[in-house]
Amino acid sequence: MSSPIVEVRNLSKRFGDFTAVDQISFEIQPGETVGLLGPNGAGKTTTFQMLLGVVTPTEGSIQMFGLDLMTHRETILRQVNFSSTYISMPFALTVEENLKVTGKLYGLSDINRRIDDVVKKLEMEDIRKKLTRKLSSGQMSRLTLAKAVMTEPKILFLDEPTASLDPDIAHKIKGFLKEYRDTSGLSMLYTSHNMREMEEMSDRIIFLQRGKIVAQGTASEVVAQYDEDDLEQVFLKIARDE
Amino acid sequence: MNIGRINAMISRHLYLYRRSFPRLLEIFYWPLLDLVVWGFITMYLAQEGKGLHGAVTFFLGALIFWDILFRAQQGITISFLEEIWSRNLMNLFASPLTAGEFLVATMAMSVFKVAAVSVIMAFSALFFYSYNVFIMGLTLIPFAFNLIAAGWIIGILTMSVIMRFGQQAEVLAWGLVFLFQPISCVFYPVSVLPTWLQPIALANPAAHVFEGMRDVLLNQSIPWEHLAWATGLNAFYLLLMIGVYQYTFSVCKDRGMLVRVGE
Repeated sequence: MSSPIVEVRNLSKRFGDFTAVDQISFEIQPGETVGLLGPNGAGKTTTFQMLLGVVTPTEGSIQMFGLDLMTHRETILRQVNFSSTYISMPFALTVEENLKVTGKLYGLSDINRRIDDVVKKLEMEDIRKKLTRKLSSGQMSRLTLAKAVMTEPKILFLDEPTASLDPDIAHKIKGFLKEYRDTSGLSMLYTSHNMREMEEMSDRIIFLQRGKIVAQGTASEVVAQYDEDDLEQVFLKIARDE
Repeated sequence: MNIGRINAMISRHLYLYRRSFPRLLEIFYWPLLDLVVWGFITMYLAQEGKGLHGAVTFFLGALIFWDILFRAQQGITISFLEEIWSRNLMNLFASPLTAGEFLVATMAMSVFKVAAVSVIMAFSALFFYSYNVFIMGLTLIPFAFNLIAAGWIIGILTMSVIMRFGQQAEVLAWGLVFLFQPISCVFYPVSVLPTWLQPIALANPAAHVFEGMRDVLLNQSIPWEHLAWATGLNAFYLLLMIGVYQYTFSVCKDRGMLVRVGE
């Protein structure tokens, strides 16, 4: 078995008296897609933010590519990217300008080629010169995804990438992600409140509740573990503390 | 420190300014308006008090110099606010960009702003009021650098406060610098201040620059002592503020505030 891309050990985050993440440990293997599930406030976003180095853990360690995130931040973050429905990009820049800035931030050498490539793959040719403030929510999601994949990361953190999108665009984005993962060997950590989407996208599921991992395994293993019919029933059971 | 990433941040702001008329207006409109008002005040004082002519001419010089400091401060704080307004901090700090590179990029932006404003104001003063800021000769250069550094210090302080206390502290981006104006002695000498306030003013590098500028204009002497004080104080405060910024950045990361600062 190859070395894990991500290795999280006893990770905790406390904000004053509140424990957002409590001693979680997990690994993500190369090419693996792990779904991070849990009700609102379970600690998913805080975990994401710690993995991206924008929130400092209280305890525990995060290793990526065999390196510690605290001491090798720049080396690691060059190979990592993220996309979320809840982020934005500078409104007064065009789509292309935003992608150029991203390319420079990640030290890419062939920025124009990569922009051409990602714009084509995500069907963004018509909005390439459009100002970001004029994008629809679906177009904005494609832009944040484009900025994430154009850097050719080894692992992609996706925070509800299809939330608030119409089924057609959500379907296209999922299709793109699956194809991209299969061709590039990309690993993904994925959150969504759509259980069908989680089953469809994830090789393995990690369930968080009140900052702790309460279940993990393949979707069918987790469903069997809770003796339910599907992942949605498991989610409801965990969220309602039944 | 990676030059490519600093360059990325500079291009991000240049793209913005290239397209945004209100932002360009902010660079040129207020300085020119200030210049017009102070230009007429200077002309009026020169007409009314003939003996005052030498003294009043430095009003225009002082105004141009104050704008150097103000724009240097704004270059840092407005660049930071632009990232808050566009909810872009998460994109930046989840990338390999470091806090130090971000700061250097904002400093570079402030130099661009200062250069643009200074050129416009200096040539407008020459054209409209026959006031030549270059009569100060080469001493102009160290004075200008010291004012840029003084502007950076206030800019970094303001940015750190906004980062720590969030968007509610945004108003400081325009207001905090004016807290330093009375003790910068822009338009009057330090000796005019109450005795108890004079040591405080003399601990402010900008006050030494403006004192020095008056020395050059009125006595045609090079104020080495003021230059030395301004440079020493600037170096001390700049290092201190960089430390404050790095500490605030780390506190904000620890408390999860960095990605919530614009919310």
